[in-house]
Formats: sequence, C-alpha cells, structure tokens
Amino acid sequence: MRPEQQQKQQKPGIDVAVLVSIGRHPTTGRARRAEQDARGLELALAMEAELPGSRIDVLHAGSQDVDSEAALRSYLGMATGVGMGLESMTLLEQPEGSDAILPLVEHLAATSPQLVITGARAERGEGSGLLPYALAEHLGWPLVNSLASIETVENGVITLLQALPRGQRRRLKVRLPAIISVDEAAPAARQSAFGPARRATFLVAPTTSEADSELAQWHLSPARKRPKRLKIIKAASARDRFKAAASKAEGKGGQVLTDVTPEQGAEAIYKLLKEEGVLR
Amino acid sequence: MSEIIRRDPRREWIARNRLHPDHASVLAALGVNSEGGGAASEWLGPNGVVRKNPRAIGFIGPNGVKRIDRSGLQQGRQAAATTTAARDSRRRVTIDQPAFLVAVVPDLTGGRLSSHDKDLLGLARRVADADAEQPGAVVAILFGEHKGEGDGEHKEEALGDAGIDRVVHLDDELYAGFAPEARLAVLSAVEREMTPRFWLLPDSPLGGADLGRRLALRLGERAATGVWQVEVDNEASLGWRCTTRGAAGSLDIQRPLPRVALALAECAEPMDETRHAAKCQTLAAPIPITLSRIEDLGQVAVDPAGVALAEAEFILSGGNGVKQWDAFHHAAKVLGATEGASRVAVDDGFMARDRQVGATGTWVTARVYMAVGISGAIQHLQGIQRCDKVVAINLDPGCDMIKRADLAVIGDSTQILAALVAMVEQQRGGQRDAA
Ligand SMILES: Cc1cc2nc3c(=O)[nH]c(=O)nc-3n(C[C@H](O)[C@H](O)[C@H](O)COP(=O)(O)OP(=O)(O)OC[C@H]3O[C@@H](n4cnc5c(N)ncnc54)[C@H](O)[C@@H]3O)c2cc1C
Repeated sequence: MRPEQQQKQQKPGIDVAVLVSIGRHPTTGRARRAEQDARGLELALAMEAELPGSRIDVLHAGSQDVDSEAALRSYLGMATGVGMGLESMTLLEQPEGSDAILPLVEHLAATSPQLVITGARAERGEGSGLLPYALAEHLGWPLVNSLASIETVENGVITLLQALPRGQRRRLKVRLPAIISVDEAAPAARQSAFGPARRATFLVAPTTSEADSELAQWHLSPARKRPKRLKIIKAASARDRFKAAASKAEGKGGQVLTDVTPEQGAEAIYKLLKEEGVLR
Repeated sequence: MSEIIRRDPRREWIARNRLHPDHASVLAALGVNSEGGGAASEWLGPNGVVRKNPRAIGFIGPNGVKRIDRSGLQQGRQAAATTTAARDSRRRVTIDQPAFLVAVVPDLTGGRLSSHDKDLLGLARRVADADAEQPGAVVAILFGEHKGEGDGEHKEEALGDAGIDRVVHLDDELYAGFAPEARLAVLSAVEREMTPRFWLLPDSPLGGADLGRRLALRLGERAATGVWQVEVDNEASLGWRCTTRGAAGSLDIQRPLPRVALALAECAEPMDETRHAAKCQTLAAPIPITLSRIEDLGQVAVDPAGVALAEAEFILSGGNGVKQWDAFHHAAKVLGATEGASRVAVDDGFMARDRQVGATGTWVTARVYMAVGISGAIQHLQGIQRCDKVVAINLDPGCDMIKRADLAVIGDSTQILAALVAMVEQQRGGQRDAA
C-alpha cells in the first residue's frame, strides 16, 4: 500500500469527498439542493459523528451564479453545530455546458480521498447516472450503488448495507478507496439552516474544462407524457375478441388439491415456497 | 356430361332425415369435404348451392348450450383442436447466418424473464429484424438459474418465445449476488468474441441499471439511459434514433442510438407471434478471473413487517376465512412473510388499514402471494394482478381465488397453516442440527 494511505489509517477518521450538484424542484423547476446528493452528504455527516476526525470535502463542478450559489449554500447549511470543516466547499469552476467528469477525476486523483459519495443521478441536464461509473472507471476504484447505510470503517475496509428492490438489504465489504452512490433508499437529509449557509465560503479552483459537444447536438425538450400501452388483443374471431374483453382474467388454471390432509397441503405449499426461494 | 347434376331423391331424403339409420353415411357420401368421422357439415346441393348441416357443426358452450362459431374457424366437430392449433401456429424462426448480433442482458429476477425483460427483448427483435433481408440475431446473456415458465419441455421454450436466438448461460456461484466485476468480465468476453452491434439492458434497479452503466464505461461508450422510444433514422451512425428520459424524468432527449442502451419498461411490445431457437452457446475463451475488491456478505434479514406492502416479495394475506389471528401472525413470522389482508379482515378490525390489498388498498407486486381464506372478489383480484405466483388456501373449491391461484389447497385455513408452520420449523431445526 502507498505510504500516505497507511498514515491515514493510523488516524481514526477518513477523508470523504461528497459530490454535490444543483437540483431542480420537480414542480417549480427552481434550483435547489439535489435530493440524492443531500442524502449523500447526510450519510457523510452521520459517519463523521461516528468516526471523529473524518474530513468532509464537499465538491461541485460547475459555474457559479446567483441561482446555483443559493442551492450550493444549502448543502453547507446542513452542517450546523457539528464543528467540522464544513464552512467551505470546493468549487471546480467551469462554464455552463462543460463535461464535469474530467475536472472531478483530476481533483479526486490529486486529493485522493478514501471515500467518494455521490448521488445516483442528477436532476438537471442529461441525468443519465453515468458519472459515478465514469469516475470509478477512470480512477479504477470499486463502486457500490444504491447505498442504504454505512456500518463500520476499519483498516481500510468499509462495511455497508446496499439497498435492493423490495426493501431488501445486502451487506458488502469494500476495500477503500471506493465510490459509493446514493439513491432514495438512503436516510433522508436533514434540513438546511440559513445562517451557516450564509456564512459558508467557496474555495474556487480553476480547472481545465472541455465543452460537452455531444450533448449540445442532441435535441432536448420537456418530457412528453408516455403513451399508455394499449391492450392489444390478437384474436382471429369476434368470439375471441369478445371473450378477451368481457371475461375476467382467468389464471392459466393452476393445480388444485382437494381432499388432502392438511399435512399434504402444507407440503405442496412448502415445496412451492422453496422453489421460489422466498423461505430463508 | 359432368356438368349435368343428377339428383337422387332417395339419398336427398335420407340426408334430410336425421333419424334415418343411413343418415350419416349418406351425408358423408354427399359431402364434398367430409373428412371421415362424423357427418359432413357442408356439401354441394343438387342445384349447385352449398348446403350446411347446422347439427354437425358447433360445440357445447360452457353453460351446456350449443354454440356455433360462424367465423369459419371451426368446421365440423373440432372445437377442441382449434385452440391448440392456434397456439402452435406461431412462426418458428431460426437465424443461422445473422448479419449482426444484438446482445441483451435480462435481469432474470427469480429465475424468470420479467415483463421488463420481455419488453426489452421485443425492442431487441425490432432492431434485429428491421431489415428482412439481413436479419440480426438476438443473443441473451443469462446469469444465474433459469426457471422458465411451466415445466418440462415448455420451460426452455420461454426463452425462444420471448425472441431469443442464442443463449449464453452462466450459472456459476461466481456470478451470484453482487458480483459486478465478474459479470463485467463475462460481458467483456462476449464483446471480444461476438462483437454485437448493440448492447441492450433494462434500466431497472434489479441490476440492469448498474451493470449496463459499468459495461458502457468499460466499452468506452456514452450509453443512452432511460430509453423509451427507438425509431429508424438513416442519418444516425448506427441507423437508429432514440428518445430517452433525462433530468429526473423532466426532459426528453433525442439522440442517435449508441451501442449501449438502457431501456425503460414498455419500450417496445413483447414478442408473441414467433418462436425463436434459443440455442445454447458457450464462450470459447475462458473468462479471466477478476480479483474483486467488493465482497458480498449476503443478504441481511430484514423485518418483513417493515417492508412496504407494495414492494414486498412474499405476502401472506388473510381474509374472512382466517379464524385464529394469533396463529396467522405467528405463521407470517415463521415464514418471513409480509402481512396483507382483504377488506373484510380490515373492516372487522383484525388487521390495520394499511395492510389492505386490493382496489381500495395497496396494489401489490409480490413474487409469491399466499391468500388464506380470501374468496377473490374482483376488487381484491385487481390488487394482485401483478403477482407472479398465487397460493390459495380456501374451503370453497369454486371461488374465484382458486381460479387465479397457481396452487390451491382446499381445506381449513387454521389446520393447513399450522401444518405449514410445523413443517418449516422442523426443517429449520433439522438444518441447524446439521450445520
Ligand atoms: C367499492 C369497493 C371496493 C372494495 N375494495 C376492496 C379492496 O380493495 N380489497 C379487498 O380485499 N376487498 C375490497 N372490497 C370488498 C370485496 O368486494 C370483498 O367483499 C372482500 O374482498 C371479501 O373479502 P374475503 O375474501 O376476505 O371474505 P369472503 O368473501 O367472506 O371470503 C371468505 C373466504 O374464506 C373461505 N373460508 C371460510 N372459512 C374458512 C376456513 N376455515 N378455512 C379456509 N377458508 C375459509 C370461504 O370459503 C371464502 O372463500 C371492495 C368492495 C367494494 C364494494
């Protein structure tokens, strides 16, 4: 392992970089803190409380103007009374419509935090959710998506719970440095306080930026409502069509066990449950 | 000579007289297209007019009333044969020399193609079959066990019916659970060996969204995510244009379809008219073993009561036929199922309002739904439309829930649940002793 990493391990805390973007209110369309990114910062703050001595670096790549500044400040307003270095955030300044991946990769490679937390996808622009994967690929770090909570951080290994669909959880052990992406399964973000948000400062770092020429060629428009799928009945005769329209949905006719003892019935059910793998 | 129609009044008379002992044989002799067996249903009459025997056609309907289908589907007495013939009329398609390949990586949740997977395969077929002269083949890469639909022979057909020409199946421990790096190694191997023109994955939280993005970055492609519409576009480099959802669903982006696309559900119609070969293939080169920095410690037991009913995987639902609610709750706990209820159980105060399944309750999506003492009123059945497997325990073999159920046990709910609980507890006990 690299010497600097070992040095960091002796200290109890770790370096965390939280990537934040500018969100978009779903109804008004105004700039706000992005829901998922705020959850990511919440996670980092919770971890800081558990592992004193951790340092959080809040990172944003983009332009600085009045609208976005208010949104960015509301992230910093989340860290009241914790007493850690969250009075400022790093702003990798680049003109509107530039590719955010390169400057972020450069910055992360230079500062080499042990943990990078990002939202799963942005609320503006392409919003493809490719950014965490691009960072992971460029930096060569492992990536875990859909994080629910962080359990422990020990000896350069982080144990965490990943959220699966249907409310399930999976425990993973990941070697640091790693990238973690957060979606709706993570704990909800705390409110942002106005005062600390006002007092916060920006550390502006100039970056090399490259315009996202591909995106500029695409045609963007407000989302259309998707057409509802029609129930297409491919029936040759009027009778079939009538039957399809009028009859109740009948199952394919499953297995019916009559005149069995409760034990036999239970056994059949048990077999099905086992087959489907729902019994643990 | 042959134009002159000669009449045989006696035969005609016998043909009209249903009760005549020779009636059937005379009809058969008169019949132009009689195919053995019963009486002919149609023949050319003496004046060159087509005559029909209404008694020889038709079938007995569900209520015991004779029905005649005039659509021309049925002739004579082959009522039962038509349905099977209709099912087998699906066109068999084999593509031996594909012009190109479209690779699809379905989620295969619980070992079956989900409806999202089928939509995606429909899209893959659209892309592959666009040029009838030079059809492409759809190759599916499956991870984990494949259960199929039905059993026996039908099991393997489910893949072909969904539109898959070739299958690369990897059923190894290595790919189970969260193994993005191992799976990515396989996809990279497929890319090297087959170089598909397109990679299509479902943009779903069940795994496709994650794997697809990793793959795109590995291949150095800028993937289209949230694709919901694909159209032919001759100006685009690959001949297709797609519409994707961006910016948290508030934006439609039109762009040329890249090599890697992650599509939303209902991006295309699933296939149902053709049956493809679904031929198994293996990769020639061994897949390099990647050292993963992510270790999967397995799923964590979550409290099933805490899982939202709408997304629970396994629901034990009780209705008016549940007599002992303590035993029911105990059964749910032992089985590790989330509890649901019919409206009657809720109204009677045995279950909380938020547990009600159905039209005015929650629409559930469970993979296994176990209905105990629920009659299956239409309002209740609506709520379980999207469930995969339904198990019913009921006293009444004629109720609607039994018709919906994949497995129905007729008997007293209390006794059967008790037997099931005993069985599960015994098995668990046995396992613990063995371990
Ligand atoms: C506008 C409207 C909306 C509604 N919305 C909903 C809804 O969202 N969800 C909903 O569930 N209902 C809804 N209903 C009510 C619905 O119509 C039915 O009344 C209700 O679903 C019936 O519940 P049940 O099957 O539990 O009871 P029952 O119909 O009484 O059925 C009880 C079943 O248990 C069986 N049984 C009895 N004893 C035993 C035993 N010892 N062992 C095994 N089986 C036994 C019986 O054979 C019977 O099949 C709605 C009704 C209306 C009018």
